[in-house]
Amino acid sequence: MTSYLSIQNLTIQLITGPLILRSISLEVAVGQVHGLVGESGAGKSMIGKAVLGTLPRALRITAGKIILDGVDLLTLSAKERRRIIGATAALIPQDPLTALNPSKRIGPQITKRLVDILGWARRDAISRTRALLDEVHIADADRVMRSYPHELSGGMRQRILIASAFAAEPKLIIADEPTTALDVTVQKQILKLMAEMQRSHGTTLLFVTHDLGVVSKVCDTLSVLYAGKVIEEARMRRFFMRPTHAYSRALLAATPTHTNPEATLTPVSNDIIKAVEQEVIEHDLRHSQ
Amino acid sequence: MHDARSNIRRPLGIRLWLSSAWLALLAIIATLAPWITPHDPLTQDLFLGRLPPFWMSGAEPGYWLGTDSLGRDVLSRLMHGSRIAITVALVAGTLTCIVGATLGLMAGFYRGWADLIISRLVDIWMAFPPVLFAILLIAVLETGLFSIIIAIIVIDWTRFARVIRAEAMTQGAMDYVASAQVAGRTKFGILHAEILPNVLPTIIALLTLEMGIAVIVETILSFVNLSISTDSPTWGGMIAEGRTSIHQAWWVLVFPLFTLFLTVLSFSQLGEGLKDRFDPVLR
Repeated sequence: MTSYLSIQNLTIQLITGPLILRSISLEVAVGQVHGLVGESGAGKSMIGKAVLGTLPRALRITAGKIILDGVDLLTLSAKERRRIIGATAALIPQDPLTALNPSKRIGPQITKRLVDILGWARRDAISRTRALLDEVHIADADRVMRSYPHELSGGMRQRILIASAFAAEPKLIIADEPTTALDVTVQKQILKLMAEMQRSHGTTLLFVTHDLGVVSKVCDTLSVLYAGKVIEEARMRRFFMRPTHAYSRALLAATPTHTNPEATLTPVSNDIIKAVEQEVIEHDLRHSQ
Repeated sequence: MHDARSNIRRPLGIRLWLSSAWLALLAIIATLAPWITPHDPLTQDLFLGRLPPFWMSGAEPGYWLGTDSLGRDVLSRLMHGSRIAITVALVAGTLTCIVGATLGLMAGFYRGWADLIISRLVDIWMAFPPVLFAILLIAVLETGLFSIIIAIIVIDWTRFARVIRAEAMTQGAMDYVASAQVAGRTKFGILHAEILPNVLPTIIALLTLEMGIAVIVETILSFVNLSISTDSPTWGGMIAEGRTSIHQAWWVLVFPLFTLFLTVLSFSQLGEGLKDRFDPVLR
């Protein structure tokens, strides 16, 4: 199986020096869902931002390759890169409350990008948007298209963001904690919807989350990150059956399951954290030599 | 739908209509002043000096708001004074808005060295006392309408730059800007299509506020006799003259002051009203 997105030894640094990502590598095959799991600050969102070219201005990519469909994005000019990303990738952002432009109605907001950037005919863009809203199970698509974002609920807005991400039929979607801002019952519906959309469109999906439970529901493969370093990369089943790294085992032991809800949860112990941090320090020493 | 919001909204509408009615009236008077004033604003008649307004004893018919110590009709002078006030409000307000908002958007959205330079300039500007700065500028530029407008732009652009910069930064950090960027919009495209519509309500509110401030600045400058030539009546000039005879003829001072107050208040209320009406989140 060839990989659609291949990240090789990607290193990102703050312009003042500190490492944010430490030679990260990962491979995602066409039509697969790859999870990026880690604590806050592990750098999982930064991988997505690096691929999409939306890194904060204080960060620099200092080494590595991001190969999308055979093309190394980092060797391209900014303009060329924006064109490729715009045509092949999309983002499902974390917070549905700030991810829609508050001053524009939903319909124009989705259609205008298709028209302005991809050169669609207005009529096609509108009917496409309506079809997509149907597809994400929004009952009253016409009314929703006339609404402003603040008139809709969080779950509704996240559905619209999913529809909007799929609008230009991208080959790669990066979902940055798409369910974190929603409450648990809505989360489940949204996850189901995303899995459904991903399968029917055959999209490759990079799924950033800190929730192992979410990962287990939607992902095929995953990478576990700690302090900007990949601790373990594995196929889903293998990871949950036999996690190899001590930190991964500790993470799983700290995650509730519904097959055994009575089980006591053990927090990740200090020794394990120290061991992982030792690995990171060793990596940095090798890196600086 | 009847909720708490609809109770609050009603007075907002009245506020918008009252303020725009007063400003529209003023604009019409300013345009037509040479043809509709009851008397020539400059004609002196010492036999008609310090006539009181129409409801007091001793008033002369035809001099509704009385006359000043030189026998000039207060109402006619007020009407003529509104020409300068309205011109300065519209022209200086708009130009200040364009200059300040553009710089603020550049600083807040593009950041980098543009932000560095603009923000430092704003810091320096904030250290100047604005009125003294204006007087100094006029002294250098010579008096006249053009100089007043330039002075207002130079002094007040920072009001826009500061607020709009902050607003552009807030909007720039929103996820919808990131999605637009991913979708392939250029920097300028994002500024134009995503940021500007969200900053616009703030710009409009500031613009009308600035128009009010421009009127005040013009009044202050004409109060210290640094406005346009002394033979065209201005509100500030009338206030300055009225001050000297306040015990004998209070109306010469009070009417221009009250007109000024109403006008500035109307500008700020117009801004608030428009913001409430056109901000989709508040609507």
